[in-house]
Amino acid sequence: MIKYIVKRLLLLIPVLIGVTFFVFTILSLAPYDPVTVILGDGATEEAMENMREELGLNDPLLVRYVNYIWDLLHGDFGKSYKTRLPVADQILSRFPNTILLASCSMVIAIVLGIPLGILSAKKQYSLLDNVATVGGLISVSMPNFWLGLLLVILFALKLRWLPSQGMGEDPVSLIKSLILPSITLGTGIMASVMRMTRSSVLETMRQDYISTARSKGIAESRVTVRHMLKNALIPIITISALQFGHLLGGSMLTETVFSWPGVGRYMLDAIKTKDTPAIMGSVILMSVSFSIMNLLADILYAFVDPRIKSQYQTKKKNKQKKSPAEDGGKEATA
Amino acid sequence: MNTILDVKDLVIHYETDDGCVYAVNGLDLDLQEGETLGLVGETGAGKTTLARGIMGLVPDPPGRIRGGEIIYRGTDLLQCSNAEMRKVRGRKIAMIFQDPMTSLNPVTNVGLQIAEAIQSHEKLSRKAAMQKACQMLEQVGIPAERAGEYPHQFSGGMKQRVVIAIALACNPDILIADEPTTALDVTIQAQVLDMLRELRETYHMSMLLITHDLGVVAQTCDRVAVIYGGEIVESADVYTLFDQHLHPYTQGLLDSIPKLNEDVERLKPIEGMMPDPTQLPEGCRFCSRCAYADERCRTEHPNMLDLGNGHKVRCFRYETQEVEPHE
Ligand SMILES: Nc1ncnc2c1ncn2[C@@H]1O[C@H](COP(=O)(O)OP(=O)(O)O)[C@@H](O)[C@H]1O
Ligand SMILES: [Mg+2]
Repeated sequence: MIKYIVKRLLLLIPVLIGVTFFVFTILSLAPYDPVTVILGDGATEEAMENMREELGLNDPLLVRYVNYIWDLLHGDFGKSYKTRLPVADQILSRFPNTILLASCSMVIAIVLGIPLGILSAKKQYSLLDNVATVGGLISVSMPNFWLGLLLVILFALKLRWLPSQGMGEDPVSLIKSLILPSITLGTGIMASVMRMTRSSVLETMRQDYISTARSKGIAESRVTVRHMLKNALIPIITISALQFGHLLGGSMLTETVFSWPGVGRYMLDAIKTKDTPAIMGSVILMSVSFSIMNLLADILYAFVDPRIKSQYQTKKKNKQKKSPAEDGGKEATA
Repeated sequence: MNTILDVKDLVIHYETDDGCVYAVNGLDLDLQEGETLGLVGETGAGKTTLARGIMGLVPDPPGRIRGGEIIYRGTDLLQCSNAEMRKVRGRKIAMIFQDPMTSLNPVTNVGLQIAEAIQSHEKLSRKAAMQKACQMLEQVGIPAERAGEYPHQFSGGMKQRVVIAIALACNPDILIADEPTTALDVTIQAQVLDMLRELRETYHMSMLLITHDLGVVAQTCDRVAVIYGGEIVESADVYTLFDQHLHPYTQGLLDSIPKLNEDVERLKPIEGMMPDPTQLPEGCRFCSRCAYADERCRTEHPNMLDLGNGHKVRCFRYETQEVEPHE
């Protein structure tokens, strides 16, 4: 298992090289001059040339890329063109805010999505199922920022219950300021979690072991959770982990709509000001959180399904485990 | 002997998009205390549907119980609430489903799957239930150390043993075994059957053994009921049935078994097919495949004839024809 995790983490290296190279190339092909961003429009030609030389912008693309990676390996993400502050510090100071928002949104999505999905499946084609299906379709297809704006208009401007901007300082106002953006981000994910739960539970519901479970006379709630849900969990884990990975990379639009000081808004600002080091830093954070969540899903599978766990174990271990166990059976070869 | 389970005029339909499947049609069946009753019939005859009906586990939708009674020790199970049925399932009537490969939950260890059956009927701590589960495993010939293992670590025969352990965990009155050996290798079939027979004795259960294998019936059962098109067409004790099978369908079933002492060139299967269960014939269900069928068989549905000695047959031929009592 550990070996598997290490292997997967090592695989992250080529992924990161690929992603950074791709983004780096695109940014350097873009028809703009970072120096004008840094110095402003009024700068003299000479000052601009000096700045280019200082930043190494006159070097060929490949040299610049290798230099970037070299700095990266020393933990240096470079300085923002705009603020002249280290990118790593800026991102790391914003990341907890994004984690907080992402976690709240996921909690909403999972706490509502899974039970609703189970209910829909168990009462297939009922009114509740149809309402949930239509509602789910609407929430998935509705753009996040639009839902966000609607919520702001209703709860912040009309009813004045909740703040529409920024992140509260003390616990109470922090929670208040979290509610609208979490709902905005959580709704679409909840709908996908719900749909996935529904179809996966519908599939396991028909299995023979569910009849066996019922034939024991155990409570229906236990049949549902222990037998149906546990077997239906793998695709639900997959979709939740991927969505969480997305959220951890920062949600540009929602964070901007609510002026949430997270990495998503930071990235959008960086793109607007063509701030290459800041963009690169955000992209790296995005890919790392996405890949780590992917890996986490794979690890969770093993906890849910013993068949997958036994695949992760090394071959040698498997043999040692198998043989005495099989000897115990009277028909080991059958 | 006392009747422990009495199924009367049971009707179960599956209402699907392609029409209504008449799976069980006015079926009567009784199970006596302490006996093993074999239920024989070909695939699609309605055996599993009947068994699920008794357990209250007909998948709904599409399955619907349209009428009848299932009397267990004086109470009609069809009138029972869900909560009451839960107390019956596992504790009073237990069932072994057809395919051991898919009957166990793949993500829960086998010990727990047995223990939860025990815990649902007895007030026991988790640990005590687990201990009892281990005893059950030993009973069916699986070392208790394997309680923590998962179904994929067991072979087919071992899985069926686990399934049996689950069914017997709460010491039920009645065990319904739905083709318990069909999915297994021949050598293991015999082991499992022997074990079932032994356990039935130790636990003083009555057993409804569903099978399409008359060999299994001959070895294991006291009485046999033959099911065709969702109704019983003949029932008798096992010796009578093998000696004096009267219904043309039963005759066909027995003739289709190759006999070692005769030099047969080819197997003799019953000609034709089961009638389409969405469009059952008006008259006798078997008439399209029956060599003796006449006009009356095609238009009128035969009633069950009681020939005495517990031998019953659903065929017009024996209304007039004298049958010599067996023995
Ligand atoms: N879930 C179901 N939906 C629709 N039809 C079904 C279902 N289960 C069984 N049937 C039909 O009911 C009839 C009886 O099936 P079954 O009780 O499984 O027979 P057996 O166990 O004797 O092979 C068959 O025609 C079968 O196709
Ligand atoms: Mg069947």
